[in-house]
Order: sequence, then C-alpha cells, then structure tokens
Amino acid sequence: MLITRRVEFAASHVCADPALSAEENRALFGPAANPHGHGHNYVLEVTLEGQTDPRTGMVYDLKRLKQILNEEIVTPMDHRFLNREVAPFQQVIPTAENIAAEIWRRLAAHFQGPGPRLSNVRLYETEDFYVDYAERTAGA
Amino acid sequence: MTTLTRRYRFSASHRLHAAGFTEEENRELYGKCNNPYGHGHNYTLEVSVRGEVDGKTGQLARPAVLDELVGREVLAELDHRSLNEEIAAFSGGGEGMVPTTENLAAWIEQTLQAGWRTAFPDGKPELCAVRVLETKRNSFELRT
Repeated sequence: MLITRRVEFAASHVCADPALSAEENRALFGPAANPHGHGHNYVLEVTLEGQTDPRTGMVYDLKRLKQILNEEIVTPMDHRFLNREVAPFQQVIPTAENIAAEIWRRLAAHFQGPGPRLSNVRLYETEDFYVDYAERTAGA
Repeated sequence: MTTLTRRYRFSASHRLHAAGFTEEENRELYGKCNNPYGHGHNYTLEVSVRGEVDGKTGQLARPAVLDELVGREVLAELDHRSLNEEIAAFSGGGEGMVPTTENLAAWIEQTLQAGWRTAFPDGKPELCAVRVLETKRNSFELRT
C-alpha cells in the first residue's frame, strides 16, 4: 500500500554555477540564473510504502509523517533563500533535481527500521514542472 | 533514480468511430464521443524523462530543450487541429487509428521517440513516460 502526504513551502533560489560566467549561466539556466533570486511555491509529495497494520488499519501515523515533514523540510526551507540559508545549497545548485535528492536524504533516516519504507519524493517547482526521486533501499 | 516531468497543453477535436463496426455499434461503443460532428478537449500532456543528474549543473535535462522538442514535434502538430481530419495517423478514410486518447498517447510517444535525437543527440536523458489527460477525470499513461 502506498500513502502520500502533500506539503507546501515557499522559497527563493538562484540556479547558477559559480564557475561559469553570467552569460554562460543565463544560457544554461535561463531566467532561473537571475543572481538576485526568484521564488516558487514548492509542492512536495512524499510517498511511503508498507503494509496496513491490522490493529490500526493504517500504514503509518499521518500525524507523525506531518511532524517529520515539518521538522525536516518545511520549517528549515519555508520562506528561506535556499542558496544562502539552507544546507547544502550554499555549495550545491538548488535545482529541483538537487532539492528532491536532499529531501530524500533528510527523510530516509526516519524510515530505516521496521514499518513503511520511503518510496518516492515528488517535488513540484511549478504546476507544469516536477521531478521524482527515489533510491532503491535494501530489500526493496 | 530521478525523473523529470514537464506539463503542456493543447486543444483539439476528435470523433471516435471505428471502421470495423456498424453505425449503431459505434454509437453503443463510444457513446457521445461518436457524435458525427466531433467534439473537442483541452488536453494536458505530461512528458517524463529519466537519466543521470549532471554533477555540475544539477540538472537531469534542460527544460527549454525538452520544451522545444515537444513544441515542434507534438504541440505544433496537434494544437487547434481536428485529429481525424488533419493528423495522418488518425485520418485516411477509415485507414487511420481511432483517435482515442490511448492511441493519441501512443502517437505522441512514437513521434517524440522519432525526433528525440534532434534534441538529445546522445539519447540522454531518455523518454520514460507520456501521460495524456483528456479531461481532469480521464488520463492515459504510456511508460517506456
């Protein structure tokens, strides 16, 4: 069984490689390279896969999932400038691809033991652009 | 594994009518989609690609490159067209495929694959899914 919870956060970012010139960054990343930054209302969908507990009828406690998402993702990233304020994006370009992988790393530690495994992270940068990220875990 | 998805829109008309059935059977099979004058939809298209995230750019694909390919090969062909009358695969006096959204998704997948290397000369990233939403309630997905 798959269960998915959706949360939103608003943040700003710049997509630019400091090793490249302004012109090269503009050619590669388009308007996202604007050095002053710009923002998105990110929508994050986190999917867990597991068995339904016959006693509770639930795969996972959604209150607990909400709390983990708030602590690991929403509180540190909401209303922040990712490049300046959120590790590791001082060094790593905060493309949607890299943000999704970082979200996976932050969440994976919570789903190592018995119980559901982290199945997928989907991050919408806009309604028309999203990335999915998943790492294969042992036994999956 | 990372996949990247872009969403596009186009509007087109179609009529579902299969040459192998009688008029009555077609009405029974396709219902109001068999209306002889046709009808239209605002279609939504989602194109997904998979591959490696470039360590330097942090990107799996440049969205502008995918947009150019989808715009040229698919949207320019389909947008504001009658699928039955104007798209060869779906016309031809009963020779063509019925423009169901299943067949439309397959046409889009084949069309994108045929033009893929004009946008991505080394074949990377690769196309991994085409999803067509006919309405908010009906969607059809082809995974490759």
